[in-house]
Amino acid sequence: MYDPTVARLTYRALLGRRRALILGALPLLLLVISVAVRALAGADDQTTADVLGGLALATMVPIIGVIAGTGAIGPEIDDGSVVYLLSKPVKRPTIIFTKLIVAIAVTMVFSAVPTLIAGLVLNGNGQQIAVAYTVAALVASIAYAAVFLLLGTVSRHAVVFGLVYALVWEALFGSLVPGARTLSVQQWSLAVAHKVSDGQLVTSDVGLPTATVLLAAVTVLATWYAGQRLRSLTLAGEE
Amino acid sequence: MSTLSLDHVSRWFGNVVAVNDITMTIGPGVTGLLGPNGAGKSTLINMMGGFLAPSTGTVTLDGQPVWRNEEIYRHIGIVPEREAMYDFLTGREFVLANAELHGLGAKEAQRALATVEMEYAQDRRIATYSKGMRQRVKMASALVHDPSLLLLDEPFNGMDPRQRMQLMDLLRRMGDEGRTVLFSSHILEEVEQLARHIEVVVAGRHAASGDFRRIRRLMTDRPHRYLVRSSDDRALAAALIADPSTSGIEVDHAEGALRIQAVDFARFTALLPRVARDQGIRLLTVSPSDESLESVFSYLVAA
Repeated sequence: MYDPTVARLTYRALLGRRRALILGALPLLLLVISVAVRALAGADDQTTADVLGGLALATMVPIIGVIAGTGAIGPEIDDGSVVYLLSKPVKRPTIIFTKLIVAIAVTMVFSAVPTLIAGLVLNGNGQQIAVAYTVAALVASIAYAAVFLLLGTVSRHAVVFGLVYALVWEALFGSLVPGARTLSVQQWSLAVAHKVSDGQLVTSDVGLPTATVLLAAVTVLATWYAGQRLRSLTLAGEE
Repeated sequence: MSTLSLDHVSRWFGNVVAVNDITMTIGPGVTGLLGPNGAGKSTLINMMGGFLAPSTGTVTLDGQPVWRNEEIYRHIGIVPEREAMYDFLTGREFVLANAELHGLGAKEAQRALATVEMEYAQDRRIATYSKGMRQRVKMASALVHDPSLLLLDEPFNGMDPRQRMQLMDLLRRMGDEGRTVLFSSHILEEVEQLARHIEVVVAGRHAASGDFRRIRRLMTDRPHRYLVRSSDDRALAAALIADPSTSGIEVDHAEGALRIQAVDFARFTALLPRVARDQGIRLLTVSPSDESLESVFSYLVAA
């Protein structure tokens, strides 16, 4: 199910100079803000939860997920170089699964790790807030990578749609419209994080069982469908 | 030895028919797929390579379906027309990755690089390669698993004459070894130099199939049309029509020129200047009016 050559090609494409810069910029911003907040306001649990919840989990994680998830396959389909993968006796689901693993790993490294560091900087993991949001980022990385990888196989404008989902749905509707929260990767991951944290600062609108089922279902379905898409991928000629 | 068969294959996009009911069999040796731009060659090659499903009909390689059959790629090598090819890798890394995806290793990759004579630049990034070098590395990636069928989409596009010769030699060798090699081109001379057997596609239809020389004869023997302006059009017309190489002449008043239809190309081209000189007529314009490849092809379709 996992092909090391496909993985190597995907890593190198994803971590190429320009994309790595974009991937690194947001975590860096989070860390700079965390250091500034800590220096100006001191250690405060509520502030920590606000920064990690509002900036890290609601904005940074989905954006990194969009870049890594769509970037793991979209550009190859766009420029046609995917033909070198498809013209091989390698099962399409293997290609998708491998790319998913890479996208998850990259999203986790560029979102969960900075979230943990930012949390430690902000309040030294008081009330387990840093660890809770890190767990949320890890869980969300899996679902985001799967959804945005699928988007990369479906649309040439995957990045745009992905960003609209991440910013408009997750960040805006997710915090304003209660109904939208049930269908939000962010809320599902918060349900898992709530279980980990000590206090009442990390909460979710969705129960843990529902969240777990939805996370698993979305990840599996998105991955399966992306494999199907790749099986019937049509490469348009130059004409 | 492999045989690729297309059986009543059509492909349409929306209500545009790109390929219209084509049946052909491609056997060992080099075959040229010839047709003007937009004739449906790339659509055909994409269907042959399993990257596009036929709307109707079937494409099979030695009886095995090509569409949605990953295992078929153990026997097919593909050189796509598009340029993109993991530019951030070196030539060696790229060919090695292709070998690994076939379950092979560095030895096979090195052999393929040697076959296309790219060892000298194998450690440079593909981004720094010229068009011809890219084409050769693409060839190496397609040859790495020693396929019995090689599909190349416009492989000579943008190559300089020396690179073209090298690639032609290589493809000829592949054909002589008993591989089935199919390449597409819109340039008659390219096909002429390389392929004895050709398949001609025009406007999505299969226009001709068979030995190149026979088809070439059809192409040169067709009536040729010329537009001629001279110092005395009517005297020239009278002298030309007396010769059997000319089948019709029209005096076009609006253009102030003669429209001549010649049936014997070689004889007519020798006759025209001689008649003009003998009659003391000055030729002002002599231009073939239907020499475009499209008109040659449409003549073939009608033939």
